[in-house]
Amino acid sequence: MTTRIVELRQGILKKNDELAAGLRQRFTSAGVLVLNLVSSPGTGKTAFLELTLRALRARGAHAAALVGDLETDNDARRLAASGAPVRQINTHGICHLDAEMVTKHLEGWEGVSLAGLNYLFIENVGNLVCPSSYDLGERIRVVLLSVTEGEDKPLKYPGLFNSSDAAVITKIDLAVPCGFDRDLALKNINEIRPGIRIFETSAKTGAGMDEWLAYLTEQAKPS
Amino acid sequence: MHELSIAASIVEAVTESASAYLGARVIAVRLRVGALASVIEDSLQFCWELASEGSPLAGAKLVINILPVIVHCDGCGADSEIEGVQSFRCPLCGELAADLRQGRELEIESIELEEPEPKGSKPMESEVDAPDPVEDRI
Repeated sequence: MTTRIVELRQGILKKNDELAAGLRQRFTSAGVLVLNLVSSPGTGKTAFLELTLRALRARGAHAAALVGDLETDNDARRLAASGAPVRQINTHGICHLDAEMVTKHLEGWEGVSLAGLNYLFIENVGNLVCPSSYDLGERIRVVLLSVTEGEDKPLKYPGLFNSSDAAVITKIDLAVPCGFDRDLALKNINEIRPGIRIFETSAKTGAGMDEWLAYLTEQAKPS
Repeated sequence: MHELSIAASIVEAVTESASAYLGARVIAVRLRVGALASVIEDSLQFCWELASEGSPLAGAKLVINILPVIVHCDGCGADSEIEGVQSFRCPLCGELAADLRQGRELEIESIELEEPEPKGSKPMESEVDAPDPVEDRI
């Protein structure tokens, strides 16, 4: 027997990366801004997205959402109340969305064509670890962090925070009762992802939403 | 726990690449994994056993090479390795450094094959046909 070493130098998630690159191309040519929303369970992604969808619709923009969960279509039903087209992706135990799931759920989506959309939001499965490795073809990865979770989340989950393009702090209406140290949270986010855009919001009071919506409008402009 | 998905992807990719080498058995798979790739080494080793079981890769060793994070500093222009993943600052001048040059890799670097001795005249290793773009190291 002889042994030899064969160099492969290939991405482990090559298949996902190739699919994601194809999606990105489709999204770009359709002129739709795609955002991937990631956070731990319970951060308030769905409430934040519901408010975002309502506000965008009120401004005459066309927005839709794909929402990932292990089970149930509860979130899709909640989001659909905004009037925007919403489709649920159930992963049945898988802890993240991947490009194949997104591709499949874009097919046969009644009443939705990418070319007719300004924004597509992909609400990932609540998890601060696994989604970081899976490119969904999004242009902007948004990490959300609530004031109830602790200021050191970025330090605990640097992989995801470092790979994000924008950070949203949610539930700021609860900041005082939770003893949330705002300066420390901002510092921690910035240590892990220097220069990232940070939005401080409350889905309950609507605080910070104007700034967030202005950011979306600015990002959706054709470059 | 996406290590199982990652292990399954490795089994799939390596089985495909190794099928070009008839009669060869994969004895080791070497990975390059960035410190920021959100992969837990022990968990991946555990999942590797599960995912490779019953496949042509069963029994192959998984060698995980963890790569430190390297940042580029806009201030002083240096590329430097940072210690840990808790603060993305240039170790030379202390500036925050957003430009990541290494640390998110999730790559199969190489595979080690065991092959039967060729019959008759022994070809040199380098003469054994290998499909592009695979390169031989020995």
